[in-house]
Amino acid sequence: MSEKKATTREEMMAVEIVIGKIMRIGVFLAATVMIIGFAMLMIKGTSGYPGNSFPTTLSGVVSGMSALKPYAWMMGGIYLLILTPVLRVVISIYAFIKEKDYLYVKITSLVLLILIVSFFLGHR
Amino acid sequence: MLHTALLMLCIGIFAGVMGAILGIGGGMIITPIVTLALGMDIKYAIGASIIAVIATSSGSTIAFLRDDVLNLRVAMFLEIFTTIGAIIGALLTGAFNPMILYVLFGALLVFSSWNMYRKLRRGQEVLKRVEPDKLAEKFKFNSSYYDKNLHKQIDYQVENIPGGAAIMFGAGLASGMLGIGSGAFKVMAMDGAMKMPLKPSSATSNLMMGVTAAASATVYFFNGSIKPEIAVPLALGIIGGATVGSRIMQLLPAKIIRGIFIPILLYLGLQMILKGFGVTI
Repeated sequence: MSEKKATTREEMMAVEIVIGKIMRIGVFLAATVMIIGFAMLMIKGTSGYPGNSFPTTLSGVVSGMSALKPYAWMMGGIYLLILTPVLRVVISIYAFIKEKDYLYVKITSLVLLILIVSFFLGHR
Repeated sequence: MLHTALLMLCIGIFAGVMGAILGIGGGMIITPIVTLALGMDIKYAIGASIIAVIATSSGSTIAFLRDDVLNLRVAMFLEIFTTIGAIIGALLTGAFNPMILYVLFGALLVFSSWNMYRKLRRGQEVLKRVEPDKLAEKFKFNSSYYDKNLHKQIDYQVENIPGGAAIMFGAGLASGMLGIGSGAFKVMAMDGAMKMPLKPSSATSNLMMGVTAAASATVYFFNGSIKPEIAVPLALGIIGGATVGSRIMQLLPAKIIRGIFIPILLYLGLQMILKGFGVTI
């Protein structure tokens, strides 16, 4: 029993460390894009958009980023940040599959499914 | 412009440190600053708060995962109930009188503040049942963490999983209908109902609140509630603050964290009750 418990714990540590590493990359990337955008805003002194407007569609953000518009980079960074928790759930599923913990593969997949449903409900 | 950015950066650092320690979102300080101090529309305050929740969650979770403080299984299991609650809540918006809901949820927070106070007085942090809870065993919830303040590995058990799940569902309803209580209700479910120790409760709440917020954040992103000049410095400050806060939290005695929680939950609860009666502070 105690041996079994120890394996579960070690497995869990491995799972958590992998998720932690990928999370760090995601957060670092989001922060870097935001910092670049903010630095451009400070240097250029203009947001790249008329008045108080800013891009709120993905295509708008992407095209604005390629045109090096500060607000587009800032919104792009924010969008990457919003994706980090979703990334966490996706990697958790993968990690539980690797650990052969199928109960939690199901539970975590269900969480992802509900997230996707709520995402679409929000876009009605 | 630069002034606003610096202000948001500083608020972000503070909100990030506190949020990481307590496992709560920080909307309660960000909303009044954006609406009152900057004089902006409440919709930008909500957008900023949602980003704050995600930044706190992602910033702190890195350290909590590496140091194995949080409980990933509990997080994913309870996440089901919160997200379903949030969807139903969003669909039911308008079906209930929000005033009654504010008073109800506010009263719950005041009660949980009282509960925290009782726990602080009793001084017992870790549940030790001779016969482990059957559901907790089945879902492999009983775990352990290394307490950097006590310098030892703490084995803990959890119990009353249906109770915790019910509160998480309620927390989801509240956030779906009213956009509140990202973290406070989660800590209430784990620390209060399921008797999980405070540090893993708060760390697990940190991981979960980002996942819950991500679903609604995309909506706010596309409807233009997230202003880049507010959200970006705020998020950067929070990521920095939460990185530091998630380290400080592990070094603090659980008693002190609990001590910080009591007035904050009381304040949040009273703020909500007052809002129910039409007074906004």
